[in-house]
Amino acid sequence: MSTPDIDALVNRSYRHGFITDIESDTVAPGLDESVVRLISRKKGEPQFLLDWRLRALRHWQGMREPHWAHLRYQPIDYGAISYYSAPKQAKDGPKSLADVDPKLLATYEKLGVPLHERARLAGVAVDAVFDSVSVATTFKERLSAAGVIFCPFSEAVQKHPALLERYLGSVVPYTDNFYATLNSAVFTDGSFVYVPPGVRCPMELSTYFRINAANTGQFERTLIIADKGAYVSYLEGCTAPMRDENQLHAAVVELVALDDAQIKYSTVQNWYPGDENGRGGIYNFVTKRGECRGRNARISWTQVETGSAITWKYPSCILRGENSVGEFYSVATVNNYQQADTGTKMVHIGANTRSTIVSKGISAGHGQNAYRGLVKMLPSATGARNFTQCDSLLMGKNSGAHTFPYIEVRNPTATVEHEASTSRISEEQLFYCLQRGIGTEDAVNMIVSGFCRTVFKELPMEFAVEAQNLLAVSLEGAVG
Amino acid sequence: MSTDTHPGAGTAAPSALLDIRDLHVKVAGQEVLRGVSLAVGAGEVHAIMGPNGSGKSTLAHVLAGRPGYEIVSGTASFEGRDLLALTPEQRARAGLFLGFQYPVEIPGVNNAYLLKAAVNAARRERGVAELDAFEFLAVVRAKIKLMQIDESFLSRGVNEGFSGGEKKRNEILQMLVLEPKLALLDETDSGLDIDALKVVAHGINTMRAAERAIVLVTHYQRMLDYVVPDYVHVLARGRIARSGDRTLALELEKRGYDWISEQAAA
Repeated sequence: MSTPDIDALVNRSYRHGFITDIESDTVAPGLDESVVRLISRKKGEPQFLLDWRLRALRHWQGMREPHWAHLRYQPIDYGAISYYSAPKQAKDGPKSLADVDPKLLATYEKLGVPLHERARLAGVAVDAVFDSVSVATTFKERLSAAGVIFCPFSEAVQKHPALLERYLGSVVPYTDNFYATLNSAVFTDGSFVYVPPGVRCPMELSTYFRINAANTGQFERTLIIADKGAYVSYLEGCTAPMRDENQLHAAVVELVALDDAQIKYSTVQNWYPGDENGRGGIYNFVTKRGECRGRNARISWTQVETGSAITWKYPSCILRGENSVGEFYSVATVNNYQQADTGTKMVHIGANTRSTIVSKGISAGHGQNAYRGLVKMLPSATGARNFTQCDSLLMGKNSGAHTFPYIEVRNPTATVEHEASTSRISEEQLFYCLQRGIGTEDAVNMIVSGFCRTVFKELPMEFAVEAQNLLAVSLEGAVG
Repeated sequence: MSTDTHPGAGTAAPSALLDIRDLHVKVAGQEVLRGVSLAVGAGEVHAIMGPNGSGKSTLAHVLAGRPGYEIVSGTASFEGRDLLALTPEQRARAGLFLGFQYPVEIPGVNNAYLLKAAVNAARRERGVAELDAFEFLAVVRAKIKLMQIDESFLSRGVNEGFSGGEKKRNEILQMLVLEPKLALLDETDSGLDIDALKVVAHGINTMRAAERAIVLVTHYQRMLDYVVPDYVHVLARGRIARSGDRTLALELEKRGYDWISEQAAA
């Protein structure tokens, strides 16, 4: 096969690149106590939350940005970021979809998320976050009939302060790390889910995030609680408009699973990765952590990362309850000049806790992909087990794959298995497909999808299809 | 066809399905094919034999369009089209099939999925409606019986964890399903036990048809006991050193390749 056309195939521009023209209510750049107070006041928050934010701010002011990750980027000027931005109509708050700015709805249409249609057809409740304020929430009634609370975080602050006070920061404390601490001080909105004891959430819960206003960092905060014996599957999907400046995103996601509860958290992340020369793109510094607080609890993270210029993300599980299970399934793709340092932490505290890590890293162009994973077996983790499989696929001559596994075992009965491989899409595999009449692009997609199969099959059906398409778009022409 | 020793003697009729003329090919600067001429007509079965390193596999790969070969001179046409100008996938869709000596594993890619994609790529090319999953399965089911393959085979990864024999059966299964006009089978008999060899040979024999040609590339003559060729060619030092009928293969079995290689060198 003649490989020159392969390089030409890759560089299709970002399909979701557009900016919706809506006036934003944006505060001046910079961060001090007055900004935190303003955010809290705008949200009408109770005192405990303001106090918590202020503690976080003070803590953050004494922290330094971490630089241990395998990432290179221009320093972020935290003083140049505006920490609050909301669509104008947020003041009156749309009561229904009819009250929502049509341009906003059109934005969702472009993204392929027609709220009313898609939500009804797919049975998916969508809590759409546009910039920092949640705009529309659907399927509330069906959920509330089941006793499930699924609402914007700011609404939960008003309606369920006791739950918030009890669980907020209980998995990711405000002192946790530079980005999580920053988020704790200035988070503006996000999603809140509570599934009561014994309830199986009747539908997949889904949130589409979107960054829109220029120079506005995004600080989402998501908290999901599955009470005893509850089950919930949560989907998070992201796209962002094309833009030339780097944008900081520092979200925090906390999951709490009590006895016999199960939380499945799936992410398809497609933020603007920067152009083919590495300009622009989202900086994504996310803290995601779940705690299996009860016996037999189970938390599964599944992520497909195709976007962002910089990805710094380690969805983790604290396995405190006996027999609890943590899972991490990840596909991370980098193309052009994207960089990803991603992985997971599995902290085994309870006896007979089990964890599985399957990481698939794909590097194309000049992309650099690092897997960083910690498996920690504490002295109390009798009989605990971990299995880690970490595979890297390289495309082209300039891409890189790096693996940083950290293993700490302090209980002699615990077992840890680690498998790793690095491969290239071989000319032989490609030629085999071509010889069967399958075109280059289809063949590459087929081979890459096969490589990712163990992760894709963990995704809910409609998400798996979307993920596969995203992967195809982000790797177009990436063989060489 | 006569049993003379002129290189490239074949049907050489203008109607030949495959017509190779004076083909010179280099690999990493070394001339591996040094003037191969061969004509293969529809309905014929040819065997290309020769010692290791004689260029047999190179010839098969060059015809299929594998990268890494430098065509120095010569031509190859397929149904009158310039074969060497086509991309590998165009050649495949036009009806050229290569059965690989070492079929590669493609982990996680479903065997049936790849085959269905292949079938439909060819159908699109011909302007025929694509097969849906049910129609495809109906076609495949009949063929896997013929190859004595378990149906679970279809849902496994392409060649993933297959034994040597399973890989070869899979190649023949793909050929049966794709129904090519020209099948180049590169050392399909290597690594097969006698039972598997019979199954594979039976599969190949069912493909013999007036509109189809089969070219067997093989080192040993034992395959030819089961798939009886119309013509046998011996490749030595990058040229067809001798052509004949099936008795040539039997002679090679007795005398080895050295005498022909020596003649070719002379």
